[in-house]
Amino acid sequence: MVESRRYRNIVAYLVLLVGVVIVAFPVYLAILASTFDAATIINGNMPLIPGDQADENYYRTIFVGASSSTREPVGTMMLNSFIMAMGIAVGKILISILSAFAVVYFRFPLRMTAFWVIFITLMLPVEVRIYPTYKIVADLGLLDTYTGLILPLIASATGTLLFRQFFMTIPDELLEASKIDGAGAFRFFKDTLIPLSITTMAALFVIQFIYGWNQYLWPLLITTKSSMQTIVIGIKKMITTQDALTEWQIAMTTAVLAMVPPVLVVIFMQRLFVKGLVETEK
Amino acid sequence: MEKRALFSSKFLPYMLLLPQLAITIIFFYLPASQAIWQSFLMEDAFGLSSEFVGFENYRYLFQQPEYYRAMVNTAVFSTAVAVLSLACSLLLATQADKNLRGGEAYKTLLIWPYAVAPAIAGVLWIFMFHPSLGTLTRPIRAVGIDWNPLLNGDHAMLLLVLSATWKQISYNFLFFLAGLQSIPKSVIEAAAIDGAGPLRRFWTIIFPLLSPTTFFLIVVNIVYVFFDTFGIIDAVTGGGPAGQTTTLVYKVYADGRLGGDLGGSAAQSVILMVIVIGLTAIQFKYVERKVQY
Repeated sequence: MVESRRYRNIVAYLVLLVGVVIVAFPVYLAILASTFDAATIINGNMPLIPGDQADENYYRTIFVGASSSTREPVGTMMLNSFIMAMGIAVGKILISILSAFAVVYFRFPLRMTAFWVIFITLMLPVEVRIYPTYKIVADLGLLDTYTGLILPLIASATGTLLFRQFFMTIPDELLEASKIDGAGAFRFFKDTLIPLSITTMAALFVIQFIYGWNQYLWPLLITTKSSMQTIVIGIKKMITTQDALTEWQIAMTTAVLAMVPPVLVVIFMQRLFVKGLVETEK
Repeated sequence: MEKRALFSSKFLPYMLLLPQLAITIIFFYLPASQAIWQSFLMEDAFGLSSEFVGFENYRYLFQQPEYYRAMVNTAVFSTAVAVLSLACSLLLATQADKNLRGGEAYKTLLIWPYAVAPAIAGVLWIFMFHPSLGTLTRPIRAVGIDWNPLLNGDHAMLLLVLSATWKQISYNFLFFLAGLQSIPKSVIEAAAIDGAGPLRRFWTIIFPLLSPTTFFLIVVNIVYVFFDTFGIIDAVTGGGPAGQTTTLVYKVYADGRLGGDLGGSAAQSVILMVIVIGLTAIQFKYVERKVQY
């Protein structure tokens, strides 16, 4: 523009820098705390450069666990979180690509009814119907199972809408050409739709993996065995015991471990992440 | 928009829809309708039988001062987080939109908190501001404030607002940046040639053109504070001290779980459903596809 660029750019850099520092500071503290022993943290005067207890803390957290409360090694919790996140991401992609295929490429009685039945679920997050859902999952004998953790959370419309929207942009000529080549519905789905949808699938996968990994209320309700705990639940249980018993160095090491997988996904798949975030909200 | 070319099959489309419809009906419609039904029932003292009591649960709810306090808490919490996070992210997005060298790196450095679980965000912030060991507690005490979010309700709410804002900035930033980048540069250049300074350009051109994004984000942020902050509240305050940070969603959880009052909890769920449906309807009516990416 017409003003001096240099001055404006310096301001911009400063504002962004302050933003980045504020955003990173709480996490930096957690990483710091994971390198000290309990006593250093408890006295309230933790140094701002890392200590030397990292090996000990990470080893104990992953393989042994906190001595009070949960007593479950965090390695197990991470495995549970991973299975849950993968189950939600893959499950949602699977059921929603099939239903979007049906809604877009077929005409059948009750088509719009089916679409609306799915669409309405956009409006009600699991939080408003937790206890009745809990009861149904309990009646089905799914408490403390991966199925119980996963299935209720994939009952939502976002994926179906996303694939529907994408299928609408695929030119009709492609289907006409496939039909001329003698392809049926299954062949068209497998050889044309799936390859074209890879990016959309990947974007949805990234968003759903983060969503699944970060779930809190639902796993809190339906897991009673400590061996089924997810890491996000596990850390909460480590710090709610009496204040003096909280092993902060273990809790903060767990916090760091809980952040690593989803944050890596965002950083290394940033393009897909942004695509998924923007498109699922449309 | 409809497809011209289609497959015809009587049977196949239903099979394709079956998995999603089955899961939706079992884990969505069944529980949602049970919540509505349960909100009209009351259990006896031993939880052995329940009888139909009409709107009794609702009437009882609206006689409770705690329920009004949860409403006020929710209103304060969501307004504060929405205003604060939108303001911060708009500021950051306008700076990042300036074609700076290394702009992409800044973007990455600002968006990753989206991936941090709400409950973990809560743990990070309570650790930072913990009354006895928090790193930032000492400086606050040094200026004469008796900081204690575990005992003081205002401090607890402030801490919740800060952690919820911290987590939401990345999301708002991304959408604001996308909105800013979709504004034609020619319009802004024209204003600059006419002699409008940067601030004037922002308030008379950029901000109005950004309003669909802003409006969309306001609705999304309110929904976020209503539901996704459950983990933050549970990790930081547990609804305390003395219910001063209990929001509507937290109260559904606490009343059903700890109090065992399923009818009252269900009635609260139904009220929440109405609120969310209202918010979503507003979003679809006014925002719809006007948001530009």
